[in-house]
Amino acid sequence: MQDHAYRSRQPTLPLAAIFAAIILAVGTFLGSSGAADAQQATASSDSIWQDLKGDVFGDRAILVDTGVVRIEAPKRAQDAAIVPVDIYIDLDKAPDGVKSVTLIIDVNPAPVAAAFQIGKDAGVTHLSTRVRVNDYSYLRAIAETQGGELHMAQTFVKASGGCSAPAVKNQDEAMATMGQMKLRQFPPQETMTKAQELQLMIRHPNNSGLQRNPLTQYFIPAHFVQKLSISQADRPILSMEGGISISEDPNFRFDFKAHGNGEIQVEAIDTDGKVFRDQWPLEATGL
Amino acid sequence: MPIDRVRRKLVNGFACTAVSAAVLPCCLGRAALAAAGSLEFKVEKVADGVFAFRGVDELMSAANQGAISNLGVVVGTDAVAVIDSGGSLIEANAFIAAIGKVSAKPVRYLINTHMHPDHIFGNAAFREIGATIVGHHNLPRALEARGAFYLQSFREQIGEALMKGIEIIPPTRLVDDRLQLDLGGRVLELRAWKAAHTDNDLTVFDGATGTLFAGDLVFVGSLPTLDGSLLGWLRQMDALAAIGAARVVPGHGPVPADWPQALTAERRYFEVLAHDIRKAIADGRPLSEAVKTAGRSERGNWRLFDDYNERNATAAFAELEWE
Repeated sequence: MQDHAYRSRQPTLPLAAIFAAIILAVGTFLGSSGAADAQQATASSDSIWQDLKGDVFGDRAILVDTGVVRIEAPKRAQDAAIVPVDIYIDLDKAPDGVKSVTLIIDVNPAPVAAAFQIGKDAGVTHLSTRVRVNDYSYLRAIAETQGGELHMAQTFVKASGGCSAPAVKNQDEAMATMGQMKLRQFPPQETMTKAQELQLMIRHPNNSGLQRNPLTQYFIPAHFVQKLSISQADRPILSMEGGISISEDPNFRFDFKAHGNGEIQVEAIDTDGKVFRDQWPLEATGL
Repeated sequence: MPIDRVRRKLVNGFACTAVSAAVLPCCLGRAALAAAGSLEFKVEKVADGVFAFRGVDELMSAANQGAISNLGVVVGTDAVAVIDSGGSLIEANAFIAAIGKVSAKPVRYLINTHMHPDHIFGNAAFREIGATIVGHHNLPRALEARGAFYLQSFREQIGEALMKGIEIIPPTRLVDDRLQLDLGGRVLELRAWKAAHTDNDLTVFDGATGTLFAGDLVFVGSLPTLDGSLLGWLRQMDALAAIGAARVVPGHGPVPADWPQALTAERRYFEVLAHDIRKAIADGRPLSEAVKTAGRSERGNWRLFDDYNERNATAAFAELEWE
């Protein structure tokens, strides 16, 4: 029943289609791969990327390591289910601004982890989130400037291995608390010019669709936060189309430039069509 | 240091004679077979009719054959119950051979204390000898979510040869809250816990001798690993300590250990970790930074600290942020 309901909801977004197609293709890969040393793993991550980039960006040129975008993650993932990743945008190097950043984890069953749209004049220069990393892989951030240029930065992460699996730790709790949201606001630090920071947390299992029902052998449908938008008084700051590579309890911390004192509004939609909304007054910045 | 090769010599010829040859990995790589032949697998008497195997305090590897967790055996007048199946089929088959030396009674139950590979990778060997596999009601779900990943990630860690024949086999008899298993002359009390080490932890208590098999709810000497809920583990610590046991067989560490003193160091570590993480969260420090320092003051007290502390800190941070 569940399976049927899931299939009948055809993805309407191009990225959603990419998520779905690749989940199935790499599901097989997951079962059969036995990557050996790190060198082999970088090569295999790269060859997946070569196949993947056309699906996501067509034949557009991608400029590498220009400094427009930077990505940081630990060299070794400690917990495969929760790998912190930081993306930095240098607006001096992209004077017309960056409109989107796509986060890719080559070897994951759903390699397009998230596509972020950045609001015009939102002033986002740093975004951190947490992802699942299944195996030795490059993490890539591809920024698109307002002018339509693509700039990429990458960092290699060794999988944690062992018994830390990219799965939900406490399934009952995850279901019982689903949809709760929390917003933390951090005042500007150091200088008067630095923007303030927000951290948005959403309770959601963000389940992978890679679990098989032991009786039917069908994949149990994935259940994750598909769309997220964060705005201030209806002015977009950041939005995301995401998939199962974003960790359980999706968590985003980013800086932004407030425009006036309007409220911070958040809307999230998951693959079951559930909509979660909340809003918070902007805290005084001390400026 | 790798392993104590003298103490852990495999019973001679186990690989093709001791147990049903059909399931045995007789076509193992030569290296693995040679290693297997030189190891002895010994279960030690813990109490009357109660035996345990002491795993090595290491990560699973080809050299240690995955034999890193403690395993248990309880012998009744009718049947035998086994606690955890070990980290490979090679280990499990050696274990079965060793069980045969302490009792000729049939192995009626294999009890899995939780989902981790070092405790369940040997399940297929016990299915082959007709044992009913018993586990926490959450264990099948947890294995569904992780089974494919475990089979992949451990192939890289312990090698093809040792992975041979390993299957993820969920329990068929589930424990909702408590369950009693009568072995004849003694009754085992199984208890399902709320999320702590994992969300499928099960303990086994032998009332006849007062022996508690705690699974990985208790680590002694080796750093506990967190794959469930730090708060849940701390919340259940008192209930765990209240079990009127004379001794404990921890999931990892010396066998047996004093009870409930075996919990002291573990509880202290979790409290230190929680304290450090809470402070980092209150100070607005990000996860990536906080995990590098949290819990460090405990470093001198534990084996495998560098392997697991940052991982524990990462999981703890993500959980405590919601307080």
